[in-house]
Order: sequence, then structure tokens, then C-alpha cells
Amino acid sequence: MSSVSDSGMEFSFNRVAAMVRRYWYLLRSSWPRILDLIYWPAVQMLMWGFLQVYISQNAGFFAQAGGVFIGSVLLWDILFRGQLGFSISFLEEMYARNLGNIMMSPLRPAEFLLALMIMSMVRLLIGMIPVSLLAIAFFGFNLWALGLALAAFFANLILTSWSVGIFVAGLLLRNGLGAESMAWTIMFLFLPLTCVYYPVAILPGWLQYFAWALPPTYVFEGMRALVIDHVFRADLMAQAFAFNIALFAAASFAFLKLLQSARVQGSLLQTSE
Amino acid sequence: MDAQNASAIAVDQLVKRYKGVAAVDGITFSLAPGSVTGLLGGNGAGKTTTIAMIMGLVTPTSGTVTVLGADMPRQRYRVLHRMNFESPYVDMPMRLTVGQNLSVFAQLYAVPDIDRRIARLAADLDLTEFLDRPTGKLSAGQKTRVSLAKALLNKPEVLLLDEPTASLDPDTADWVRSHLERYRADESATLLLASHNMGEVERLCERVIIMKKGRIEDDDTPQRLLARYGRETLEEVFLDVARGRRQNEAAQ
Repeated sequence: MSSVSDSGMEFSFNRVAAMVRRYWYLLRSSWPRILDLIYWPAVQMLMWGFLQVYISQNAGFFAQAGGVFIGSVLLWDILFRGQLGFSISFLEEMYARNLGNIMMSPLRPAEFLLALMIMSMVRLLIGMIPVSLLAIAFFGFNLWALGLALAAFFANLILTSWSVGIFVAGLLLRNGLGAESMAWTIMFLFLPLTCVYYPVAILPGWLQYFAWALPPTYVFEGMRALVIDHVFRADLMAQAFAFNIALFAAASFAFLKLLQSARVQGSLLQTSE
Repeated sequence: MDAQNASAIAVDQLVKRYKGVAAVDGITFSLAPGSVTGLLGGNGAGKTTTIAMIMGLVTPTSGTVTVLGADMPRQRYRVLHRMNFESPYVDMPMRLTVGQNLSVFAQLYAVPDIDRRIARLAADLDLTEFLDRPTGKLSAGQKTRVSLAKALLNKPEVLLLDEPTASLDPDTADWVRSHLERYRADESATLLLASHNMGEVERLCERVIIMKKGRIEDDDTPQRLLARYGRETLEEVFLDVARGRRQNEAAQ
């Protein structure tokens, strides 16, 4: 047998498909799970949309910058829901006490992570497509009209959400359900720092260095440049992508180290709190 | 061929410590291919940790575990498709139907002709009528049979069983044991069985390893253990070991 096989690097899309099927069966078996994917993004979008309508009627700047808040909230939801979709699929294995079966099967860590990424995308699309249509119906904001820019925003945000999801999955393997709250809350650290609803220039100078180290900051700045100035900043997207590659590599490395540590500590046997 | 490669499972000077406390403390044994071995011991004796190290779920502090010639956990992906396990402490996803669960695991194990294999196992384990039912809606005995079906999907050469009949009624437990006996006979598989049920061990196992506080206290055939301790049943032998009575004292 080859050393490639020894190290677990022999990849099988068939096993990835098996895991995607497992999560798809679960998702379609429960209508509250599907409703939940649409519910919060819709509530958020409506709340921020009406707030923007109110402000735009009372301030000249916002009257010209229609869609900034709705655009922000929709892009934020890609980031937040992308990570949540990844982490919830992983948590389902722990809730179901199925992790032992999974870890004992021939499924490689990379295959497991790819299946979680695919499910995060599926869950995100189930939530975001109806909500983006609601944004058109209620506020005339067409996210899809952003075209290629939307593709660049989406790719960068989903990459960040997966990186965070991978890191959280490692924490859950290592610490069990005691680390569950991280899955629900870690992304909120990104909310003020990545300047979702305001320009980076608003932050104190020293904090701006931290903000520019986070890929979503470039996306939200790029979105404002597009909506307010009608300029697509490809340079910002390229920088975001470079930071994303580094973040993804770091998260994958951390995951493997945490998995290794879980095997040493015996945490894979005891995944409760 | 050396001893480790000739064995289905070889454990050598295996130690696992958690924060300085030894859960498994220098055990050595090897299991011949096609054998059925019982791992006995009270709570905290180190049985589950030993099985977890054999499965590659836990990394030993020192010593080695070899399964079908592969060093665990380093080379686990060489052999995981040839192994499987069943434990009442690990569940199958409850919302998925029995058929969906078995089909997902069959794909993970690259089982050829999945539908046929599931149909065959369902018939063998009397699960056909439950294939479209959510796993969470089944009784404990039915769930155990589903777990057993999952464990047998890939026709494993090495099957690890952690208390396979815990919490089952006597009839279902007997039924599961019969099926395991048949599987072993048909496939010449190696079975390692951790159990608290002495009757089960006497019936299924040709060899018994008794653990206490992470160490192997005794290791022999059930018949020789009974003779050596001068007892009628393995349960009495187990109690002698658990309570620290020496073999010769017990024999007197």
C-alpha cells in the first residue's frame, strides 16, 4: 500500500457524496430545519431594509446610496450563514452520537470537510435565494444585478465562512459539545471588525490594521464602492482572496492539529460536554 | 512473516495515560485470524480504551497496535475499510430511515452492489419491514440490529464489538449472538468482544482476556480458566479476579 494511502490523502468523491446524501436526507426530513434557513435572513433583511428606507427619506447621502444597508445585510448573511451551515451539519453528528461511526469509517478528514462545505453552500442557497427575491419585491434592491461582482463577493465570503467553520469543527472535536457556543457566536467577532455596516475609516487607526487582516473587510468595502461610487474594486477582491488562502490554510492546519490532539486526549470517544 | 503480520490484531506493550493516570498499562496480546476473543473487565478496566486504540480513535501513549498488518492509528486508512464495529454507545442518525442510514454507510465503505447487500442484510437481520422507517422510531432491539447491519455492511475481516447485547432482552440478545456466530463461521472473521455478560462470552469466545485496572489479569480459553480457578462459571472467575482472589486460592 502506498504512503499516500497511509497518510489519509487518498481522496474519494464517492465518500464525499455519501456524506452530502446523509445531510440532505436529514435536511429534507424536517421542514422546521428548512424554514429556519430562510426565517432569520428574511427578518434581518426586512428590518435593515425598512431602516434604510426611513433614513434615506431623511438624509441626502443615504438617498443616493440606496441599497448599502440591504447589500451589507445580504452579504453578511452569506458570511454568517455559510459558517453556521457548515458548523450545524458538523454538530448534527455530535447530537446524533454518530461521530464514532464517522471517525471509524474510511472517510478522510478532507472528504468530511468537503462534504460540510457542500452542505453549507446548499443550506445557504436555500436561505438566500428566496430572501434576495424578497429584497427585490420590498425594496427594489436586486443583489443579482451585481453580476460578476456578486460572484467575487460570494466566493470570498464563503471561503472565509468555511475557514471559520473548519476551525470550529476542530475545536468541537477536541473539546466536545463544551465548545458548541463557539459555533453560534464566533462569527459575531467579525461583525464589528470587518466593518459590515460602516467604512473601515470609522475605526480607530490601530484597529484598522486588524480589520484589513480579515478578508471580509475587503468585500464590504468593495460592496460600498460598487453601490455608492459604482466602481468595482478588483484590487480589493484580489487582496481578500490572498488573505482567504492564508486563512483557509491556517484553519485546515489547526483542524488537523486539533484532530490529532483529540486522538491523544481520547476526546473522540467522549464528545458530550 | 513475523508474529505481528500473521495476527489479525497485535497489541504490544500498549499504554494509554490520561493526565498521568494509566487507563491501559502495558498490555500485550495477539489475536489469530478467524478467532473470537472476549475482553472482560469491570468498569474502568480499560476495555473501551483498548478497543478505541485498536480502531485508531485514540493514540497510544506508548506501545503499538497492529491491525491486519497496519500500524494504528498511523496507517488506519489502509485497513479501516476491512474493519467495522458496533457499540450501543454510538448511534445512527435518528431522523434518517434505516435504509438511508445503511445506504450512506455502504457508500462510505465502498460496498459493491449496495442495494443487494442491504436487502440481504435486512433479510438476515429481520429488518426488511423497517427499511423505510426512521431509525429513531425503532425499539432498542431493532436499533441494535440496525447497528449490527451497519457493522456487517462491508463484510469486515475484523469486527470489534463493545457490549453488543447491552440493554437487550434475552431473546433479542440470543438472536444477535446467533447471528454473530453465523457471521464468524461464514466469513472467517476475527471478532473481539468487550462484554459484561459472562454467558455471552462463554458461548461465543474461544479465548478470554480479563483486564483489571488497565492490565491483563488473565488470558486463556474459558475451559482452562474455569479449571484453573476451580469454578463452574466465568462469572465466578470474573468475581475472583475483580475481588483480587489469587488463582490458587480460588482453586482451593
